[in-house]
Amino acid sequence: MPVPRFWRKIRHRYNLIGSVCRNCGTYYYPPRNLCPTCRRAGKMEEYQFKGTGKVVSYTVIRTPPDQFQELKPYVLGIVELDEGPRVTSQIICDPEEAKIGMRVRQVFRKYTEDGEDGVIYYGTKFEPEDEEYDSGGDNL
Amino acid sequence: MRDVAIIGVGYTKFGEMWGRSFRDIMIEAGLEAITDAGIEGREIDAMYVGNMSGGRFIAQEHVSALIADYSGFARDFHIPATRVEAACASGGLAVREAYINVASGLHDIVVAAGVEKMTDIGTEMTADVLASASDREWEGFSGATFPGLYALIANYHMHRYGTTREDLAEVSVKNHNNGSLNPKAQFRNRISIETVLNSPLVADPLRLYDCSPITDGAAAVILAPAEVAKKYTDTPVYIKASAQASDTIALHDRRDIATLDATVFASKRAYKQAGIKPTDVDVAEVHDCFTIAEIVAYEDLGFCRKGEGGMLIREGVTAIDGDIPVNPSGGLKACGHPVGATGVKQVAEVVLQLRGDAGKRQVDGAEIGLTHNVGGTGATAVVHILSR
Ligand SMILES: [Zn+2]
Repeated sequence: MPVPRFWRKIRHRYNLIGSVCRNCGTYYYPPRNLCPTCRRAGKMEEYQFKGTGKVVSYTVIRTPPDQFQELKPYVLGIVELDEGPRVTSQIICDPEEAKIGMRVRQVFRKYTEDGEDGVIYYGTKFEPEDEEYDSGGDNL
Repeated sequence: MRDVAIIGVGYTKFGEMWGRSFRDIMIEAGLEAITDAGIEGREIDAMYVGNMSGGRFIAQEHVSALIADYSGFARDFHIPATRVEAACASGGLAVREAYINVASGLHDIVVAAGVEKMTDIGTEMTADVLASASDREWEGFSGATFPGLYALIANYHMHRYGTTREDLAEVSVKNHNNGSLNPKAQFRNRISIETVLNSPLVADPLRLYDCSPITDGAAAVILAPAEVAKKYTDTPVYIKASAQASDTIALHDRRDIATLDATVFASKRAYKQAGIKPTDVDVAEVHDCFTIAEIVAYEDLGFCRKGEGGMLIREGVTAIDGDIPVNPSGGLKACGHPVGATGVKQVAEVVLQLRGDAGKRQVDGAEIGLTHNVGGTGATAVVHILSR
């Protein structure tokens, strides 16, 4: 990803900062400038997410893009934050450990880098909240 | 709005065609369609070209002008030529734009073309281009690949509805079976369920044989007002409905990640316009970019209820001799998936089926056909309903 494009949203990526619409009460991550529900009537503010949620679905990426080669295989999931929005993120656990419905919390980790001396791209990933997983997953 | 017919179709052999260029294959498909329509070429008033990423696959933008030039419509006739892009739904959208153009009365004879030359660059780069059909900043950044996103759909569908790994494999087996009957298919080998289940994992639970291939190919169809179609051909096929719908660009923002609402809405609009029910469809070409995509499409197109897609393939309902034959061409999986061409090829294929010109893969007595073309993981869907 080109550096300016990454840099523009660096606070949001590092700290899980998204948006909340004070008109309808809906939370958004990634951040949005316009509430897609209220549109003109929306009243968007920045919101710092608590950083906890559960896994809606996951996969194990075996054939990653070049810049992710050293991480393979890695678990990629859709995490539903406790405030409601869903985010695509890596989940730090063994492929066998991953479960739908598993509770996770945010951690700050490296994603990729531009060569040996290039920019390092950090962001939010998720890890299992504790060893007592919610194994049911039927409450999604 | 006036009724619209298709008077000619053509598509190239699909596959890796290193000896042939982007313009070579597009002209071949166009010539086949013109010949099929029995026209000379000067009758054509306008052209729409579906192409996802000429800019990144062959470093060529402005492909509409390029194609108008090389097909002989630019120098003397100076017809308008317009490229349309909606990732893998670019082709379906080109047909829809051409349809709107003729239906509105603005033009009479309009070409809808689709083309993609994907094999000039390496597999790694191709995968990157395909990933750009989704949200680059918030899905791609995390290391989500295109198969990875469909794997998220598959895993969730299996968890929630009990769809099995074997159900997914059966889609691939069926489509290879159909592809073996299509001389233009990229893969003409029949495969067993074990072939799929033993192929390398790409993104769990999806394996190599769950994924459509990287393909070069082009397709073209020629549209005319229905009232004059018989002047050109004895066997016009009518466009009874053309519909399109959008959804969130990122999979994670969907109402339900195992439902493509764009497909649901596009198909509902199409059924309404055509005045038919899903069960009236005799043959369908649907967007099986991954095996799970075909199973989800059965549900979202209304061929069965939500969650029952696995049962449909298991019971052979969508086989070529089943109640609702799906992808007799081999689909994206076996016929191939040149992304910008796929939506046009689907329409060309259904036209052949409705005319009774589909050779060994002919569905007996098909009168109503449906095409379903998806962009990205479902941010765009285009559905057409055709009839004799
Ligand atoms: Zn709102």
